[in-house]
Amino acid sequence: MHDDSGQSPPETRDRRPLIVVTWLWVGAPLAYGLYELVRKATQLFTG
Amino acid sequence: MSPPIAPVGWSRWLVPPAALSIHLSIGQAYAWSVFKPPLEEALGLSGTQSALPFQLGIVMLGLSAAFGGTLVERRGPRWAMTVALVCFSSGFLLSALGAATQQFWLIVLGYGFVGGIGLGIGYISPVSTLIKWFPDRPGMATGIAIMGFGGGALIASPWSAQMLESFGGDNSGIALAFLVHGLAYAVFMLLGVVLVRVPRPRAEERSDGRPATPDGPQVSARRALRTPQFWLLWVVLCMNVTAGIGILEKAAPMITDFFADTSTPVSVTASAGFVALLSAANMAGRIGWSSASDLIGRKNIYRVYLGAGTLMYALIALVGSSSKPLFVLCALVILSFYGGGFATIPAYLKDLFGTYQVGAIHGRLLTAWSTAGVLGPLIVNWIADRQEEAGKHGADLYGTSLLIMMALLAVGFAANELVRPVHPSHHLDAVTAEKGAPRARRQRAESA
Repeated sequence: MHDDSGQSPPETRDRRPLIVVTWLWVGAPLAYGLYELVRKATQLFTG
Repeated sequence: MSPPIAPVGWSRWLVPPAALSIHLSIGQAYAWSVFKPPLEEALGLSGTQSALPFQLGIVMLGLSAAFGGTLVERRGPRWAMTVALVCFSSGFLLSALGAATQQFWLIVLGYGFVGGIGLGIGYISPVSTLIKWFPDRPGMATGIAIMGFGGGALIASPWSAQMLESFGGDNSGIALAFLVHGLAYAVFMLLGVVLVRVPRPRAEERSDGRPATPDGPQVSARRALRTPQFWLLWVVLCMNVTAGIGILEKAAPMITDFFADTSTPVSVTASAGFVALLSAANMAGRIGWSSASDLIGRKNIYRVYLGAGTLMYALIALVGSSSKPLFVLCALVILSFYGGGFATIPAYLKDLFGTYQVGAIHGRLLTAWSTAGVLGPLIVNWIADRQEEAGKHGADLYGTSLLIMMALLAVGFAANELVRPVHPSHHLDAVTAEKGAPRARRQRAESA
């Protein structure tokens, strides 16, 4: 079902760069959203 | 468009980003309120009118998820993600045209109707695929995607506000903001369309996608509707969501009212911070509790959501106004259970009905969310208004609402306790045999 068995055939390509890029693609905007959220949430303690 | 099968060596860790690119985008729906004040001013709308595109969008989400689920299962995730991209993005483009020409009906049609179809199809598009890629951790996998839906509003809310500030709040500024949203989301969602793959079929799997030797029960979406398990989970989800919305809907006025007569009143700015903190708890609950369900089991985690949730509501009702940290802590836990309830349900469905049409079954179950979306705010607002008319104030305004929320959670708890494994007569092989029996009898009679 998935490829984490550790027994990949010899012709398989290294997917790690693609994994990093795709996670950054979705992670960067999410990090921006979380940063804005934390900024707003701190107002509960300072406001 | 046939389902894209993963080549040899494709990593399953490429599938969650594909799902997130869709859910982070469609989660924008919860940030619609950013557009409300400028729209009201630019087009001369009332508050009720400016909420119409969002409301229609949520209705269409429920309808398209319920009725499009089987099609999504048949055509595969890439087709579904393409439909979601086209609908969601063109919804914004139509809205841009509507704002530019001052035709509000175009915004309702675009964002609400067309975009709403994108919301529903997009929401269920990765669920089945993720469960198939992560059979060992289905709770975590669907938790990541559904967390994205919560995260989408966190991104869109400040982003849209900044855009409106730059372009201006008049109709041409709003039109430009809609246009940029449509194009940016199309590019962002494209990653999901390009990246998503279904796992390679195992040697023992049949050509129609049904496992020859199933890992547990396999029930079709149509058959699932005839089981008590589906409707019990419908009640569980509906009660859990209603209770969560009960807090979410009135969070800011609630914390202000609870501590209005104390030595430490809560300011408007602080209450906005409280609402933001609740969003964080909602998101964290989606990934955290859903992942935990892989370890402690689905039924047990819902016992926690519904049982401990009732306890948290009781604490707020009894001693909430005496301690601000306790009030905040209880509300955060309730909201984390609310998010967890959403994210764990696909894995619960997979446990009961198998992977065969889990996405379609999930789509049908989302009607519980639509019902709760109407029920929750209705209960809380109606009761708060009546209490205010009766001359009550402060924490007393919410006493009855909190009691009702506790009762709803208790109903959900009881429904969860009644969930048992699906009767074998509903399993695919039994149904196929049952359907084949009359034909076999006829053939025997004819040959006789």
